[in-house]
Amino acid sequence: MRSYLRAVGAVIWKDFRAEWRNRENLSAMLVFALLVILIFNFALELDLQARASLSAGVLWTTFIFAGTIGLNRSLAVEKDRGCLDGLLLAPVDRSVIFFGKAIGNLAFMLLVEAIVLPVFNFLYGLNVFQPGFLGVVVLGSIGYAAVGTLLSTMVVQARTRDILLPILLFPLTLPVVIAAVKASQGFFQNLPLGEFSVWINLLVAYDLIFIAVAFMVFDYVLED
Amino acid sequence: MKAKPKVLTGLDFLSAVMVLIAAGLVFFYAPVEVQMGAVQKVFYFHVATAWVGMLGFLVAAVAGVFYLRRNEVRWDIIGVSAVEISLVFFLIAIIMGSIWARPIWNTWWTWDPRLTTAAIVELIYAAYMLLRSGVDDPERRARFSAIYAIFGFISVPLTFISIRLLRTIHPVVIGGAEAASQGGFNMGPSMQWVFFFSLVAFSVFFADLLWHRIRLGELKSAVESLRVKAFQEGM
Repeated sequence: MRSYLRAVGAVIWKDFRAEWRNRENLSAMLVFALLVILIFNFALELDLQARASLSAGVLWTTFIFAGTIGLNRSLAVEKDRGCLDGLLLAPVDRSVIFFGKAIGNLAFMLLVEAIVLPVFNFLYGLNVFQPGFLGVVVLGSIGYAAVGTLLSTMVVQARTRDILLPILLFPLTLPVVIAAVKASQGFFQNLPLGEFSVWINLLVAYDLIFIAVAFMVFDYVLED
Repeated sequence: MKAKPKVLTGLDFLSAVMVLIAAGLVFFYAPVEVQMGAVQKVFYFHVATAWVGMLGFLVAAVAGVFYLRRNEVRWDIIGVSAVEISLVFFLIAIIMGSIWARPIWNTWWTWDPRLTTAAIVELIYAAYMLLRSGVDDPERRARFSAIYAIFGFISVPLTFISIRLLRTIHPVVIGGAEAASQGGFNMGPSMQWVFFFSLVAFSVFFADLLWHRIRLGELKSAVESLRVKAFQEGM
């Protein structure tokens, strides 16, 4: 078990080091996320009234779009530079690669979110610093990163890989988006927790189910 | 290649007759619903096609599991055959629902959770077809689409749960009593009879189409291997 965790840690550490050297992925995700927020601001004319009801949706759309960019990039780099073969040659279980990449992708998503949220707070005066809401952000990102990592590992091996990931990923992660938006709305509008806790339960259930299934099938994604 | 099995010819005939009878029953036997009128009759085929659609997606997920475990080409053929057929049936179900909704809800489409779920399901399996066309290596294509079929099918109930959580105006005809104001209704015995007959008829029709499509897939892979063989001999 300890050597398993060490191997997972090594994969994550490798991603962090590579990212630290060029910061390509994070900066792309971040700039993209800020652009999406800007576009929404003009497209939806987010005045004071619209903000209360729409900001949860705007936030999650931003996270998801930025997340897709990160996911695509994270695995494409492995494939193009032959790192994937190197990872496959390592004498570790395949699921190590899955958890390592998924946790790395999750960390990048959370980092981008950690920068976007204060900006959102600054621009729209929305109180995002509530522990409950931050928990929802983490839960939603976990589900998204888990399914996204599995799918993007498949997608980078496809001919049409530049367009395929969002097409495969968005319909599958819709429950995450719905539940995360609803739960976030609950926190933004200061509703009693009992009224929307069901959405948080749904998020937890989604995360558990899909992590388990991804763990079971990941071997088949990297068979050759 | 084996000749077309006699049983399959029989099934062709049976499904044609059953679907025709079902249509006849819907038009001439089933009573006209008191409040909604003739448009309610869409319901029989709407539910039957939706059921066949979901059945096919289930078949594809099960075939996906078997493919991953056994690594046999025929499970891949079964999976893609089921999805192709079900995509069409599910689309028909959505269109029929729209036809019913226009006079009853006064709109072709609402963002009711159940309708939204149906649209998402259709999109998941459209994505499945896109995934297949994007992967060239047949063995890899089979593995990836098996995984996606499993994932897709697992996500459907989760998307569906949102129906129970968000308010819905879609009538719950079977086992729901409170829905009368939303276009729900109680089925009389003759309605039930036609309803279940349509379900069976479309299930038989589905089995028939699936069998044909699987045969087509097998023929296709046989032709493919012949072509490879001819190419190698020509070298």
